[in-house]
Amino acid sequence: MNPIHPDSARLLVLEAGRSDRYYWSDLWRYRELFFILAWRDVAVRYKQTVVGLAWAFVRPFMTMVVFTVVFGQIAKLPTEGNAPYAVMVFAGLLPWTLFSSILGDASSSVVGNSNLISKVYFPRLIVPLSTVIVALIDFLISLVILAGLLLWYGVVPGWQILLLPVFVMLALLAGIGPAIWAAAVIVKYRDFRFVIPFVTQIGLYISPVGFSGKIVPEKWYLLYSLNPMVGVIDGFRWCILGGESPIYLPGFLLGLAVTFVLLWLGIREFRRTERGFADLI
Amino acid sequence: MSDVVIRVDKLGKKFTIGHMAGVESNFREVMTRSARNAWRKGLDMLKGRSMVDGDVVEDFWALRGVDFEISRGEVVSVIGHNGAGKSTLLKILSRIAEPTEGSVEIRGRVACLLEVGTGFHPELSGRENIFLNGAILGMSRREVRARFDEIVDFSGVEKFIDTPVKRYSVGMYARLAFAVAAHLETEILFVDEVLSVGDAEFQERCLARMSKVASDGRTVLFVSHNMAAVAALTRRALVFRAGELTFDGPIQAALTHYTDSLRRVTASRNWGKGANTALIGAELIDGAGRPSDRYEPGTPLRLRVVFDTAGMPGMTIDLLLRDNHNLPIAFYSMGIFGRVYLPTKPGRYEVTMTLEPYMLAAGEYFIDLTTAFTSLHDDHKVENAVRFAVETCSPEGAPFNFSQDLGVGNHAIKLMEPLRFTEVQPAPAAADGLKPAAG
Repeated sequence: MNPIHPDSARLLVLEAGRSDRYYWSDLWRYRELFFILAWRDVAVRYKQTVVGLAWAFVRPFMTMVVFTVVFGQIAKLPTEGNAPYAVMVFAGLLPWTLFSSILGDASSSVVGNSNLISKVYFPRLIVPLSTVIVALIDFLISLVILAGLLLWYGVVPGWQILLLPVFVMLALLAGIGPAIWAAAVIVKYRDFRFVIPFVTQIGLYISPVGFSGKIVPEKWYLLYSLNPMVGVIDGFRWCILGGESPIYLPGFLLGLAVTFVLLWLGIREFRRTERGFADLI
Repeated sequence: MSDVVIRVDKLGKKFTIGHMAGVESNFREVMTRSARNAWRKGLDMLKGRSMVDGDVVEDFWALRGVDFEISRGEVVSVIGHNGAGKSTLLKILSRIAEPTEGSVEIRGRVACLLEVGTGFHPELSGRENIFLNGAILGMSRREVRARFDEIVDFSGVEKFIDTPVKRYSVGMYARLAFAVAAHLETEILFVDEVLSVGDAEFQERCLARMSKVASDGRTVLFVSHNMAAVAALTRRALVFRAGELTFDGPIQAALTHYTDSLRRVTASRNWGKGANTALIGAELIDGAGRPSDRYEPGTPLRLRVVFDTAGMPGMTIDLLLRDNHNLPIAFYSMGIFGRVYLPTKPGRYEVTMTLEPYMLAAGEYFIDLTTAFTSLHDDHKVENAVRFAVETCSPEGAPFNFSQDLGVGNHAIKLMEPLRFTEVQPAPAAADGLKPAAG
């Protein structure tokens, strides 16, 4: 082994309430653990299933079909511009699924990995963050379905599609903020374990996933945009459907602000409590 | 070689624990208690405190006022009975838990082994788990890859390396897990009681590996109940008792100190209580009913236990006998073996268990007592409730002391009938027996 290890010179001081000044550089040093935990979750996900990866296709596809039938055919809600209802629904479902799986997986990840938390040290933020990778992979699979839908309906996206990665990033951040807040709080109060599925379930119907956001009256739209996913979903539809679905800018900026406030709150709560995780878990 | 790599200064760790005030006996009491506790937990949550189950909440110091320094290349063992604070110390040193007061300074890259196989995933293969576990213990992928063959060799499971570990036997699993841990190469290593896995042959290899690590000039802090291993591997020991560092010095003196402190602890401690029962006291008694801490092999083993019960039916007392390496060697259960249960009239009782004679080897023994609900659900467990020693064990009156230290077990077997030798004719040649049957 290398006798002059970079760590040899480093003095580590442990004290009550002392925040670790190497935290963020540690997070980087532990990046391999981050990837290996993500890889573990991916590798294990479809073990001992018959159709395996196909599940990643079936679930979003079936949800899209149900929403299109219920909201588009039965309730006869309007689509955006001339876009096919199915494509409009799927463009909303993509970011929503990404968001809700991050919220669900990351928030329960710390408690779910309690065997690690109580036996080894690493920056705890790695655990909820690594679940994001799994959600991202499912998201990429769903993009294939989207491509299929666009081909089927003959929809050609405009230059706006190039900005899609920006909105993917926003969906991630919108999910990560509340998720790490919840992950930290669940360690102490398991009650929130029951709250999160409830939030994602209700959120699916109060966010414009199965219907177009345009049916919300304009005077209420700013208030509606307090839900950060409203802006993200609108952004996705703008990217995919191009000119058919313009973005309401003030609402979008408000949603952006809410996203970053939640992210800041989440990181702060997580950092504040993570040193006590091993005692509480 | 005198530079200090670990400096611990007035270290303390506090936990808040809750107790049940009593045993509820009717529906109304159960309801009022649940309501009161839910109310208190709600208040705790609003104030951002952590929740504690129970009616009475108190602070408990798992460690207090601990000072010591360890220099580069020292191999130090940490000893103490259960609950003395050893594991808490390691958890703080390895940054898993935060200290409540005091400070720790560490210089160098640290690896901590609180258990083997941390993070092993049952669905993944042995190969995949080596990488996963390595990363969790802080090895880079390159390091693991460089040592991969060595690890597999050491574990002896190369045939099953691509099988999911859920198909492994307990022994294979433990060996693979230890093999990864054994190849950690950090400057500072904390090890907690991980050598007690696998069969005897594997344990020997683990010990050999540990002593190699110890002689490599790395700094090692080693927690164990296995006094033989402690004495063999380390020269300095820290002895903990009830959260305090009571001795810091050469290993032999430390072992003596430890045995003495164990004796004192047993004599004067409050055992607490369980939800439905409480073990109050227990002692070994001789034939005349006098308390004793000596046992004469070959005589009945008499144990007097005093306990409180709230009258819950189906409660039993279980007894576990351990040798001086803390290994379990014998077990008795009122409920499972005898189908005898504690009285259902609430109150305090005394019971004497007279167990059949045992030819126990010379050495120390400990008895754990547990009250349990039909042996399924432990109610009140007291480890090392009784400690006793066997001075000499001379099976069949031989002028010889059969002792635990011989390493050939801790129970001398006695003959039931005198031996009789009868002469027999040499067996017919083997070739005859193997001749194929004609036809």
